[in-house]
Amino acid sequence: TLVAMEVTQLLLNAQSIDGTVRKHAEENLKLFQSQNLAGFLLSLAGELANDEKPVDSRKLAGLVLKNALDAKEQHRKYELVQRWLSLDMATKTQIRAFLLKTLSSPVPDVRSTASQVIAKVAGIELPQNQWPELVGSLLSNIHQLPAHVKQATLETLGYLCEEVSPDVVEQEHVNKILTAVVQGMNAAEGNNDVRLAATRALYMALGFAQANFNNDMERDYIMRVVCEATLSPEVKIRQAAFECLVSIASTYYEKLAHYMQDIFNITAKAVREDDESVALQAIEFWSSICDEEIDILEEYGGEFTGDSDVPCFYFTKQALPALVPLLLETLLKQEEDQDLDEGAWNIAMAGGTCLGLVARAVGDDIVPHVMPFIEEKISKPDWREREAATYAFGSILEGPSPDKLMTIVNAALTFMLNALTKDPSNHVKDTTAWTLGRIFEFLHGSTIETPIITQANCQQIITVLIQTMKDAPNVAEKACGALYFLAQGYEDIGPNSPLTPFFQEIIQSLLAVAHREDATESRLRTAAYEALNEVVRCSTDETSAMVLQLVPVIMLELHNTLEGEKLSSDEREKQNELQGLLCGCLQVIIQKLGSEPTKYVFMQHADQMMGLFLRVFGCRSATAHEEAMLAIGALAYAAGPDFAKYMPEFYKYLEMGLQNFEEYQVCAVTVGVIGDICRALEDKILPYCDGIMTQLLKDLSSNQLHRSVKPPIFSCFGDIALAIGENFEKYINYSMPMLQSAAELSAHASGADDEMTEYTNSLRNGILEAYSGIFQGFKNSPKTQLLIPYAPHILQFLDSIYMEKDMDEVVMKTAIGVLGDLADTLGSHVGGLIQQSVSSKEFLNECLSSDDHTIKEAAEWAKHAITRAISV
Amino acid sequence: MAPHDLRRPFKRRPISDQQKRRDLSLLRQSQHRSDAQQRARNLASSVISLQSPSSPDADPETLPEPMPDVDTAGHESEASSFSIRQASSLRGPEARKWFASQLMLPEWMIDVPENLSRDWYVLARPAGKRCFVVSTDGVTVSRLRNGSVLHHFPSALPGGARKKGVSGPAQSYSILDCIFHEADQTYYVIDMVCWRGYSLYECTAEFRFFWLQSKLDETGACDPPSFYHKFRFSVVPFYNCDQSGLHSAYTGSLPYVKDGLLFYNKHAHYHTGNTPLVLIWKDERCSQYVIDTDNNGQVPSQQHIVLELQDDGKIVTSDDPPVVVNCLNADFVKQSGLSPGSLVRFAIGDGGLNCVDGKFEKADLQYISVSNRARAFADSYSKIMFQYMARHSPLKVEDLASMISQENQQDKPPEVEMSD
Repeated sequence: TLVAMEVTQLLLNAQSIDGTVRKHAEENLKLFQSQNLAGFLLSLAGELANDEKPVDSRKLAGLVLKNALDAKEQHRKYELVQRWLSLDMATKTQIRAFLLKTLSSPVPDVRSTASQVIAKVAGIELPQNQWPELVGSLLSNIHQLPAHVKQATLETLGYLCEEVSPDVVEQEHVNKILTAVVQGMNAAEGNNDVRLAATRALYMALGFAQANFNNDMERDYIMRVVCEATLSPEVKIRQAAFECLVSIASTYYEKLAHYMQDIFNITAKAVREDDESVALQAIEFWSSICDEEIDILEEYGGEFTGDSDVPCFYFTKQALPALVPLLLETLLKQEEDQDLDEGAWNIAMAGGTCLGLVARAVGDDIVPHVMPFIEEKISKPDWREREAATYAFGSILEGPSPDKLMTIVNAALTFMLNALTKDPSNHVKDTTAWTLGRIFEFLHGSTIETPIITQANCQQIITVLIQTMKDAPNVAEKACGALYFLAQGYEDIGPNSPLTPFFQEIIQSLLAVAHREDATESRLRTAAYEALNEVVRCSTDETSAMVLQLVPVIMLELHNTLEGEKLSSDEREKQNELQGLLCGCLQVIIQKLGSEPTKYVFMQHADQMMGLFLRVFGCRSATAHEEAMLAIGALAYAAGPDFAKYMPEFYKYLEMGLQNFEEYQVCAVTVGVIGDICRALEDKILPYCDGIMTQLLKDLSSNQLHRSVKPPIFSCFGDIALAIGENFEKYINYSMPMLQSAAELSAHASGADDEMTEYTNSLRNGILEAYSGIFQGFKNSPKTQLLIPYAPHILQFLDSIYMEKDMDEVVMKTAIGVLGDLADTLGSHVGGLIQQSVSSKEFLNECLSSDDHTIKEAAEWAKHAITRAISV
Repeated sequence: MAPHDLRRPFKRRPISDQQKRRDLSLLRQSQHRSDAQQRARNLASSVISLQSPSSPDADPETLPEPMPDVDTAGHESEASSFSIRQASSLRGPEARKWFASQLMLPEWMIDVPENLSRDWYVLARPAGKRCFVVSTDGVTVSRLRNGSVLHHFPSALPGGARKKGVSGPAQSYSILDCIFHEADQTYYVIDMVCWRGYSLYECTAEFRFFWLQSKLDETGACDPPSFYHKFRFSVVPFYNCDQSGLHSAYTGSLPYVKDGLLFYNKHAHYHTGNTPLVLIWKDERCSQYVIDTDNNGQVPSQQHIVLELQDDGKIVTSDDPPVVVNCLNADFVKQSGLSPGSLVRFAIGDGGLNCVDGKFEKADLQYISVSNRARAFADSYSKIMFQYMARHSPLKVEDLASMISQENQQDKPPEVEMSD
């Protein structure tokens, strides 16, 4: 093993500016780690704890130690956890002791690193009940500790709460942690560092405070301390305290009624007078309240009963007369050029965002509170007032009913079109174009009774938008967005679209925008292609000839991106982005033209288009790869069996896609496209199935692949089986056990949370679709016999997911369909088994009386198939 | 512990068209997957019965290549690709024979079936053109019994119009058995054969009628005509064939002109061709056309019938197996220029018809001519007999009613006196 001196030197060398030295040191560290893990970790902990060592080597020691305990990738994280748990107890005890000791170091950075490492160890050990004394030892005589140790201890408690889940910490410990934290926040605490650390720790610990928030006295105390901390002379403490309030707004919404008046006063003062960092948090508090109320109102549709989980307290509505003026004031505090900086975020933007949420939470009621402000300021000489008025108007367009807004919007429309052409301010034009987009998004479309866009003004609107697309990039980008929503509103217009007379001009203008030299600024080019896509998607047969003319144009552009000479990495990135946009555009066009009556003419471009897509794969960019793959899926559907001719060349990219674990979106999209190809080629896909199935099975067994790709892989088994029928025989021995074990897992994985339940259901759906495809694929084949042994398990799976009572409607439909497929394919062989299953009785009856007609239909089919199976 | 990022993309909302494309692709894929499954599920029941031996002309080998616009999906297997959609491309006599063989044809009621009130439905048949209405791939086509197209139109039936957002798999089809009633330009639906690609051939009439009642209305097909829906569809009311049901069907006031009563056996599947499990009955009160008319619309003084000439000179009905009515001698066949397969028109002479157990003992036939070319089939036995009876001793509505009331008395449990 290495002696301590060598470790120090290695850690310092690993930060050397000399590349060779650095590389050498990194290699040695790796070697050390691989030869003697326990010794390595122990040396690092020792280094970190040793006050005689240089700060730099100690910090890096802590960082390497932390990285040895946690990783971003799930599978890697799992490995590290297992590795730590398998270390011998003596080593772990020593490391823990070093870590705790470090908390009293005089060096702040080192203490902070130790806090984080302790939390990581706790994250692994507390769920295993392996470091039960940790909380106790952190809290013992916390009051007697010197300030810097107290600060480090509170910080550690904060990280600990962030790292571990509340259910592994006993309530007694939770109470102690909260007591220590809240006392540390108290105004009586003289040291600002301690008070700040405590306030930040509370932010992390709020999720643990469920029981304490249910207790009136404890809640009052916590709330009082938090509110007091918002008045601290130290700006960082005020900011951290408001962060706590924001978190409380969403976590404990239903407990807030008693404190709202005080909180309003505090937030109003902060918004008007405090530092921007604090004011932003104060606005965020109201945004969070609105988020909660919007969710509640959406969930219950405004109907509350005693049974409702969380009632709506209408805090926003009550605060309206004071809150709206407060937010309107913020709109006047714009920064110069905020529209040119994509990352900009300031009090005016936050205020407008909050105003938009308020409108959604209270609906019609907001209008009278905002209109006077708009009317007063919209024509003022100062651009700030005109912009603020326009922004206020744009912000409240979602929420109030169309009836309430229609007259105002109609009156404003001409004014805004005028402002777009004449206003000298870039800001005003930017916000005006954005507001037009919001008008079209929320108040234009088939569901709106009185149309905003009429024959009388359509021409003018389009002319102005097209002209605005020639304005500065940020303004032009908003105009493209407005056009996007304008087109979207005509999505189900029928055979005659009002856009038809302008179609050619719109397409040409959008292409011209995409070709502007400054099109890469303000994401203008992306916005132009997005608008183009939407215009194509919502176009009608009247204009299909013009869409057809677009095909060679876009293909030529794609071709040009592939001819590029040597590019800098920055240029290459832009190039790849453009390829992605062009492939996306072609995908939309394929979907539009790939069916009757345009299919025949369109498909004449197919060979060339396919050639381009294959070359895009060669560029090795994930985004472009994904887009090209999606486009090919659409093309396969349009081409049908003719797609077979592309398979020899295309196959290797399919395989490449399936092997792309890291960019899992590419993998997921590829799996979907295999489904498209199966349906297009049917049994002509057979020669490729060995390769595809091998890769899919590998994907399923990998713990590196993102879990969201697994359900679609199962569905893909079904697609393949349906396409190749009884030829699926040779994959039965591999796929069925995989399906079976996944089924067992998913049957009882009843989710701890909504996300888990959702995933479980998507997994079930994938498994069931696989079964459906396999059964239907084998139907009427003599090899049906092969499936009989699997029937009992499948029926059991159906029964158990029925009994879990947590399946969604999609699973319900697929599951009852599988019951029918099983009966249909295996017939009398399984008649008895089926009759014994719960699924064939209660579950079937439940589905038969479902309100969802697709479930009912699937159930009728199953009933029919079962009747035949039993009667034979 | 840096403060968390508060930025919300309000004014700079990224539309993320890429995510939209991804979502739309997933949606398309899952729709196509469920279409493919749906098709597979229907393969056995619908397509095979469409090609059942009763329609020998429907041999895929003899059919023309599918038109490119018919097989849009191109992903159906051999067996399924010979479906309604392909049949739509048939022309001339093939089309006529194929479609004619797809309809369930009622026999004429020449005696009253047993258990009328328990096992049968009755409905008033609308006067008009019997047709098959097929909706698929965004278009609806109605074809008459002889296979010729009546209308080609958009409808609110599943897949019946080229319109976005219509639910149901794009490639699936629905088939309705209808009568087109000219006066109110309405398709009266008398039976449902396939719905959203789900075959009802193997289902009982009881189920088909239930399905028809519950499904048709959902689609908006019963709404008044509109741009995407050229003709209104309407379900013909049906009744259990008890006293009150029979009365309602026979005398009830309906929006259409009646042409006789149809009787459906509740347990019968949809059987293509003639079936004794669906019966038609008429009298003057409920039909303008009780006794057949000639080409000029006049009731001829003698009953006319059309029969098919076989190889051996026998002249037979259209039944399966055919019923022999008489035999023509070879010289006569030669003289009249007849050939096997010809449909020949005869008048029934004063000697009349006499039959025992469904066979003709004696038939006084007088040759008229070869039948006109529009006809695809000879008359059936039951039709000949019903027409004959109508001229001589018709089956009356009272006969039906009295049969029902007899059944009811039999069904009544014997009265038992309770005594304590």
